[in-house]
Amino acid sequence: MDSQYIDHAMVLAGILFCLGLVGVMVRRNLLFMMISIEVMLNAAGLAFIAAGSAWGQPEGQIMFLAVITLGAAEVAVGLGLTLLLFRHHNSVNVDQLNQLRG
Amino acid sequence: MQQLWLIPCLPLVGFLLLVLGHGRCSRSAARLVGVGSVAMAALVTLWVALDFYSPGAAQSYQVELWPWFSAGALEVSFGLYLDGLSLSMLFVITGVGSLIHWYASGYMWQDPDYQRFFAYMNLFVAAMLMLVLADNLVLLFLGWEGVGLCSFLLIGFWHQDPANGYAARKAFVVTRVGDTAFAIGLFLLFRELGTLDLPTIMALAPEQFVMGANRPTLIAALLLAGAVGKSAQLPLHTWLPDAMAGPTPVSALIHAATMVTAGVYLIARTHEVFLQAPDVLLVVAFIGLFTLLISGFTALNQTDIKRVLAYSTMSQIGYMFFALGVGAWNESVFHLMTHALFKALLFMTAGSIILAMHHEQDIRSMGGLRRQLPVPFWCFVIGSACLVALPPTSGFFSKEAILNASWQLPGYGPWLWAGGVLGAFITAIYSFRLLFMVFFGPQKAQPHEPKGWQFHPPLMILAALSLVAGWFVLPTGPVLPASPAGHPPTWTIVVAIAMPLLGIGIAYQVYVRHQWQGLRLAQWPQLRQFLFQGWGFDGLYQRLLLTPFTALALVNRHDIIDGVPKLLIQLSRFLHGLFSQLQNGQLRFYIATLASAAIIVLALALKVL
Amino acid sequence: MQLLGIIISLLGGGVLALLVGRQSASASRWLSLVSLAVASVFYASLWFDTTDPQATSLWLLHMDWPWIARFGIHVLLATDGLSLVLIGLTLVLGYVALLSAWHEINHRCGLFYLNFLFTLAGVVGVFSALDLFLFFVFWEVMLVPMFLIIAIWGHEGRRYAATKFFIYTQASSLLMLAAMVGLVLLNQQQTGVWSFSWFTLTQTDTSGSLGMWLMLGFYVAFLVKLPGLPVHNWLPDAHTQAPTPGSILLAGILLKTGAYGLLRFVWPLFPDAASTFAPIAMGLGVLSVLYAAKLAFAQNDLKRLIAYTSISHMGFVSLGIFAWNHLSLQGTVMQMVGHGLSSAGLFAIAGLLQQRLHTRDLDKMGGLWGQMPKLAALSMLFAVAALGLPGLANFIGEFMVLLGVFQVAPWAASLAALGMILAPVYALIIMQKGFFGASLGTQTVGTTEVLDLNTRELLMLAVLVVGLVLLGFWPNLIFTITAAPVDYLMHLGKGG
Repeated sequence: MDSQYIDHAMVLAGILFCLGLVGVMVRRNLLFMMISIEVMLNAAGLAFIAAGSAWGQPEGQIMFLAVITLGAAEVAVGLGLTLLLFRHHNSVNVDQLNQLRG
Repeated sequence: MQQLWLIPCLPLVGFLLLVLGHGRCSRSAARLVGVGSVAMAALVTLWVALDFYSPGAAQSYQVELWPWFSAGALEVSFGLYLDGLSLSMLFVITGVGSLIHWYASGYMWQDPDYQRFFAYMNLFVAAMLMLVLADNLVLLFLGWEGVGLCSFLLIGFWHQDPANGYAARKAFVVTRVGDTAFAIGLFLLFRELGTLDLPTIMALAPEQFVMGANRPTLIAALLLAGAVGKSAQLPLHTWLPDAMAGPTPVSALIHAATMVTAGVYLIARTHEVFLQAPDVLLVVAFIGLFTLLISGFTALNQTDIKRVLAYSTMSQIGYMFFALGVGAWNESVFHLMTHALFKALLFMTAGSIILAMHHEQDIRSMGGLRRQLPVPFWCFVIGSACLVALPPTSGFFSKEAILNASWQLPGYGPWLWAGGVLGAFITAIYSFRLLFMVFFGPQKAQPHEPKGWQFHPPLMILAALSLVAGWFVLPTGPVLPASPAGHPPTWTIVVAIAMPLLGIGIAYQVYVRHQWQGLRLAQWPQLRQFLFQGWGFDGLYQRLLLTPFTALALVNRHDIIDGVPKLLIQLSRFLHGLFSQLQNGQLRFYIATLASAAIIVLALALKVL
Repeated sequence: MQLLGIIISLLGGGVLALLVGRQSASASRWLSLVSLAVASVFYASLWFDTTDPQATSLWLLHMDWPWIARFGIHVLLATDGLSLVLIGLTLVLGYVALLSAWHEINHRCGLFYLNFLFTLAGVVGVFSALDLFLFFVFWEVMLVPMFLIIAIWGHEGRRYAATKFFIYTQASSLLMLAAMVGLVLLNQQQTGVWSFSWFTLTQTDTSGSLGMWLMLGFYVAFLVKLPGLPVHNWLPDAHTQAPTPGSILLAGILLKTGAYGLLRFVWPLFPDAASTFAPIAMGLGVLSVLYAAKLAFAQNDLKRLIAYTSISHMGFVSLGIFAWNHLSLQGTVMQMVGHGLSSAGLFAIAGLLQQRLHTRDLDKMGGLWGQMPKLAALSMLFAVAALGLPGLANFIGEFMVLLGVFQVAPWAASLAALGMILAPVYALIIMQKGFFGASLGTQTVGTTEVLDLNTRELLMLAVLVVGLVLLGFWPNLIFTITAAPVDYLMHLGKGG
């Protein structure tokens, strides 16, 4: 792949990451926050893939596999927690889930 | 003289028996132990005295019972020292002491705490004997503090009344002021002479000290402060009148005959130091003079029979200080002895009167008692005659000798003499005022005199002794410096005899015949009040020392320094509050801070690169 | 090896007491008593060895095993006369505290006796460890159980008091640790050898400003423990809130570790710095004497009052140590022993009164002499011991301290002597408010009849009385033992 494409891929990954981050910050619904986190993870994965193909190294793809695994685990645990929280508080609004404040 | 150790030991054993057997033995057993131990000490004293007076016997005897403490250069023994001076004191303490114990065994018979009373009394006698027998100043200090403690315990003996407790604490603390000065004097003495052993000090002082130099003057002044506290002299005299809260035998024993004269003993004992400090000796004389005048004037106008006697005691000890100051050392100790006899007599007689009047002490509600109480009356007459120094009672001999010696002091001599004679004049007025108000005039209440073998015999023995003691010769001659030789002019002697008579005449006119009422102080209520309260010393100390101290103590009850840790606690609480604002539990806030921090770190990293 | 015997029998007794305490509280009490008795047997043997006239050395070396060889840390235990006297005091007061705990401590007995015996073991270790690192370990060993004793078995405000105690002592011992490491590094630079041994470190040249800073590290740690102005504030709270046996241990023994540290470490290790600093330390000592006496006078809480008197008395110790001459040091040792006995007595009495009256407030007491003559008489004795009455041990201590201080600093001695005037003011207040005055009505005392001492309590106080009187009349018992060690310390403390 040409080096100019890696710039494009990186910019795309950056945009995706920022979108995810903004989503995490502005969304109050835990479900949407997790979706945004997925977006951020995939942005990172995209960056790895792009970089790996740019330098012809396999590590990029290995890292992407790790990211996917991580994402799956995160979704599994996160969804379970979200379900439990919903059962306890009847809400998935993070602004109401603030019992950990100091 | 090997039996010497028995003398303080016997009352101590008596004390221990009484304490350990508390609640387990009968009243008569307590009496037997309490009185018996002191009486036995008196007998041993006689035995020792026989040895002492036997021809060829040594003039002094020192024995170390055991080494008390030693560290580095300091060697303090637990040892006894007997010479003419301590022997004279032994006579007074054990002799008068056993008579007072005898009397007290009757006086206190009704008291529920009979045994405790005798325990304290025995402990007192033991401590007083240690004081006079000590061969070093630390041991003397032990006796000195010991008698102070017993004085505290006995003044507050009837502890149910808080006023008695207050009087007791006042006595202890005020004398402790003097004791502290005394202790500092000991430190200085040790620094200068390297020893606290009395015979050694007496030998070293004239060699090591330059007469009138700073060191001996300072040491003598500090010792004097100790003596002033214990002997209730100006300015540490305020505790003695209040000390009359104790039972009357206590007043007789501790606050008239023995403990309060300890200051005189101390100065006589350390006379070599005082001789090196002529300025201090002059101060001693003036302290004595002022005390005897001020307390004499105060006694003029007291209404409590025991307080009159208390002020009179201060005044008489003033004479002793006066005598020490003018160089009449032997005369001073002689007056100490005669005063112990007649003042104990007066106090015990007063005790009989108080019992007879059902614990009434106000002389205004007494009167005309001479027919109902003939024995106390005559005893009181004898005691008063001695007190005002009528010839040929014992008081006459001792006071005359003091006045004569004072006349001969170069410089201030005649002034001091005049003051002393004025004091004698006032003494006559207040003693006979007391006598006349109690025993003459209309009878105001029906007395019930306590009779029995515990009441009259001790009084009579003391009365007889007071009369004849003028002819006694104390063995202090070889110990103390002789008083100035020579005779004052005859007219001074005539005046000195005439003034007391004049005083008695005035008292007779005013209080028996009720004439010359213009002389009575009732006309000047403010002056009367001033004198009544002892020249306002109590009020002065109250305002100058007690109130500020108490106020300061109360203001700072919670310890201002505790504010530092409290402040630290406040500070960390505040910081905690500040930082815990960040822990607001808002997940989105955390993420935002995380992200912005990451951006900042990235930006910084880029900039560095 | 006797010393090891003492420490092991205390530690082992503590563990066993915890184990049997689950089944039976009284078994754990008796077990503690037995372990103290075993320790005393070892101590008796130690006493004979130390006071043996044929002994050639000041020191009785008990153990010198390498521990962390890389830094020259050893398990170095040795005793001289000074340690001997203080360990003796520890054991005697151990008995007294145990007797006072007998009926006062009723819950979690096993754990209590574990902490109790561990504290004692820690103190014994502190008095005999001559490896600085080991000293520090024992220093901590004695603090933690004491903290637990206050925090678990204390009175109403125990949490605050225990925390305060812990923070004060812990922060100050951190300073000591830092100073200790600094000293070892300094010694390593000078000699090239790693050593924590006291014998080696006393040879270190500690002149100069570094020495001063290191000295201050030790000084502050010991001053907190002593305690002296201005770091005394933990003590009134800790004493007031601790249970009676805790107060007895604290006042009687733990405070002495501070004094011991000043004697054993500050002067011998840093002679130059200490002598430069001495005027300030003596000034603080005088302030402690007077300021604490004034505070004691104003207290209503009996235990708090006694606590302040302790600070006042420890002021004399601080004064005596920094005068650094034979008289004042001997006096200091005697003052430590005397204060240990008399303050233990006063705290025991406060505990007995609290058990009977359920209050420590002096204003609510009064007239107890009628109801409890024995207790009152003994209180009188301890009160007059505290005010320094001759014939009791405290007087000898105070007198010799002041006598010694006067030789080098007359003004400090004269000012501190003013404490002699303030002492009766506070000591007699106890008697006046508690025992004199009109008898209490039953409504204040409650329905239970106020009882005088029983045999166990009488025995507990009698031990102290005998000690006070014996040492008051026979202080040479101690002075002969401590004379040589004190001379040796002075020789080290004279510096280069």
